[in-house]
Parts: sequence; structure tokens; C-alpha cells
Amino acid sequence: MKEYGVFDVLGPIMIGPSSSHTAGAARLGKIAKQIVGEDFVKATFLLHGSFAKTYKGHGTDKALVAGILGMDPSDERIKYSLEIAEKKGIVIQFHETDLGYEHPNSVKIIFENKEGDTFYIIGSSIGGGSILITDIDGTKVEFTGNLPTLILKYDDRKGSVSRISTILSSNSINIATMKVSREGKTATMVLEADSKINETVLKEISNIEHIFYIKAVNPIDKR
Amino acid sequence: MFNNGEELLTICNKKNKKIYEVVLQKEMDQTGKPIEEIRNLMKENLNVMIESSTHALDKNIISVSGLIGGQANKVKKYIENNKTLCGDLINIAMARALSTSEVNASMGKIVAAPTAGASGILPSAIITTAEKFDLSKEEMINSLFTAAGIGEIVAKNATISGAYGGCQAECGVAAAMAAAAIVEMLGGSPEACLHAASISIVNILGLVCDPIAGLVEFPCAFRNASGVVNALTSADLALAGIESLIPFDEVVEAMYKVGKSLPDSLKETALGGLAVTQTGKDLKNKVL
Repeated sequence: MKEYGVFDVLGPIMIGPSSSHTAGAARLGKIAKQIVGEDFVKATFLLHGSFAKTYKGHGTDKALVAGILGMDPSDERIKYSLEIAEKKGIVIQFHETDLGYEHPNSVKIIFENKEGDTFYIIGSSIGGGSILITDIDGTKVEFTGNLPTLILKYDDRKGSVSRISTILSSNSINIATMKVSREGKTATMVLEADSKINETVLKEISNIEHIFYIKAVNPIDKR
Repeated sequence: MFNNGEELLTICNKKNKKIYEVVLQKEMDQTGKPIEEIRNLMKENLNVMIESSTHALDKNIISVSGLIGGQANKVKKYIENNKTLCGDLINIAMARALSTSEVNASMGKIVAAPTAGASGILPSAIITTAEKFDLSKEEMINSLFTAAGIGEIVAKNATISGAYGGCQAECGVAAAMAAAAIVEMLGGSPEACLHAASISIVNILGLVCDPIAGLVEFPCAFRNASGVVNALTSADLALAGIESLIPFDEVVEAMYKVGKSLPDSLKETALGGLAVTQTGKDLKNKVL
């Protein structure tokens, strides 16, 4: 049986009208932005299922854009996010689509930088403001962003997992969950930790020579 | 630690504590956070609740789609200018619940309690009760822990999601949380709190979730208004010494089973009930 705390039933503090279609959408956008990390000039949202059908009435569009601008689900500027994005010169597009297998409240966000390079994230809003990231630019993953999360891609070599976990433990970071998958020679690791993963630790891990992608996502607005 | 209503009552009685004290202790044990920090977080909730249940009383707040708005303001004016049938207390409680619902539907800030769709009920119930009996902010914070305890039990043993249980799981549970909170605020025993919670759910058992166009607007706002009235009257019944024949845990179980046996068309999908009436469909085509 899942354990509940008082703030699971009284909270979150959020911008309405819907925890799944608005608060979850903002959280999804914000976590996607953290994963992308760099500046972007265009974001295209491919909305799936209930997101596609009701996004205007639920303000899902505004919440998603607010999220990729870095706003929390309780930020009162969410209402004005489309105007704010326009002022910042970020091009925003929405398309209704069918992503196939995904949860009814899902979105694929395609980010584009100045050079025209694209990077996409797929995620779902799974209820009560919680979310699930399922795809990072072609790599299948599954994490909620409730815990500090480390995402790594590297050439699969012996001892990689142990080197990474040694760095974490020497920095007193406890690993909560770890999933490693492999496609060809590329391994993807999604690791959830019990405490925040700071820049120093990230740097130390990225010094491992065959890691070519590393990103830490720290939790937002969760009490 | 408690998993259901019976265990909660056993702890209250054994330690001679109120529900809010047991819930607060459990939260401290579970999170390792000090009491001040937890109470401060709850105070943040209370502050947002006070703001949301006041905000639309004196101005017309219109929802994103335009389906609802201005109702809280209408009720407030009605109280000011008329001798109401149900009295000022019931009417201001409805106005406050509508206010939070309107703030929510217009992309304003609310506290999910237990969900965004039912977020008007609990704030209105405790604010209205505190106002009538001149209770302090600390007492209101205490009552939110009482409410949370009830919500946790339902979430753990049943559901607080309209998509899984229909409106009874959202507005019904919100009313149950609010009724228990009121009873404890007014000095009722832990048993009386659970009877109040039971009565609230019994009153709306089977209530479906059939939002027009799938939006958290209509009939949600009305059900928040009637939900707070349900909470207030259930609390009064329990404070009068009336008991629910069926114990709280069994009421919760019944609610869960009823929720599961409701067809999907009546659980937030907007494929049944009011959503598919001719006018419901016309409104949908207009706003989406």
C-alpha cells in the first residue's frame, strides 16, 4: 500500500484548473527544460490524447510553455506565458497528434536552438500533478522527477556503473533507483538519488572519458 | 501510524489525542521534518485557501472557456441585499466555495484539496466555521491536519480521483475531510469526526463526474457549493450526536466499489451525464 502524507491530499499549491492538465503540464515543461539545459529559440508541442482534445480549456498550452520558460506549477504568470514567450522571441507551435502507445495526457516537445539543431522529450501527466518522462531524444526512459535524477549516455564499457556509483557514494549521495539499458554500443543510465546532485559531482562524473551525455534534473515544487 | 479510520481512532483514544495531533505526529515520523516546518507548510496552504475563497466574492472572475464566472459575486450580493432562505452562513459558505472554483477555472492559484476540481469545499468550510466561532489561525491550521488525515485514509484505501471514482471521490471526499475538520474545530470527539465524514460521503454516494467539454467548470462549481453545504450539515448532525450506522472504513470501501462499478463514461471522460445532453454538446462545440 502506498504511504500518503498530508501534502499529498492537501496540495499542491497550484494554478488551476486541473492538476493533471495544468499543474502536471507545467511540471512536465519545466523538467523538459532542465533536461535540454541549453537555450532554445523554438518549441513545438505535439499534443496527444486528452491533452490534444482539451488543451485550450485547461490552459495546458499556457502551462507547458510556462514550464519550458522555467516557471513552477504555482506561478501566477502561467496565464501570460504565451505572451512572455513571444516577448522573449521564442517561437511556440502546437499540433494535435497521435503519439501511439502513450498515456492519454502526453506531449512530445521538440526544442530547436539557434543553429537549427533539435532535441525532443516525451512525457505524460499521470494524475495529481505528477509526471513521467518516457523518451529523451530517442532514448526510452521512465522517471518521475520527484527525486534528483541523473541521466547519462556513454559508450558501454566494463566498470562504468561502478565508477559512477563510487563517485556518488564518495559524495555521500545515496542511490534510490538505477536503470541501465543498451542500444548498440550506447548505454543509457537513469539514476534517482536521495539527495541533490550538484555541479561538482556532475563535473566529476562527466570526467569519465566515455560519457558523452550527462544531465541532472532536480525536483521542483514538491513538498 | 494508521491505515484506516479504526486504527486512527484507536491511537486517538489510547493516547488521548485529537486527530490532528496524531496526523501531525505521523507526518513528522514519516518525513523527519520538525513540527514548525510542517505547520508552516500548512500555513502556506491556509493562506492560499483564504485568498482563493475571497478573491471572486467582490469581482466577476470568468473561467478560461467562459462557461462559468461571476457566481460567487452574485451570491455575495444576494446576501447583502436580501433576506435569504437558508441564512447568511450557508450562503456565504456557498459563495466562498464558488469563489475558489472560479479562481481555479480562471487559472488562478488554489490548493488541491484533495483535487483542484474539489478545491472550493474545504477552505470555505473551515473559514466559515472559524468566522462564526471566532477561532484563531492556529486552530484553522490544526483543522487542516484533521482534514488531511481523513483524505490520506481515503487515498490509501480507495481513491480521490474523479477518473477512478467519479465526483463522489473528489467533492464527496472533500466534504468528508471538511466535515471532520469542522467537528474537531468545534470540540467534537474523534468518533464524531469520523461520523461526520461518513455522513458526508453517504449523502453523495454514487455522484458521477460528467464535466461539460471535459473542463473543470460546470457542474464542478455547483458541486463545490453543494459540497460545502454537505460538509456543514454533516458536521452539525455529528455534533448533535447522530452516528452513521455504517462505520467510516466501510463507507469508504462502499464508495470505492461504487466508483469502480461506475461506467467510464461517468468518470471524467465527458462521455456521459450532463456532458452529453444536447446543451452540453452544444456548449462543448462552442468552447473547444
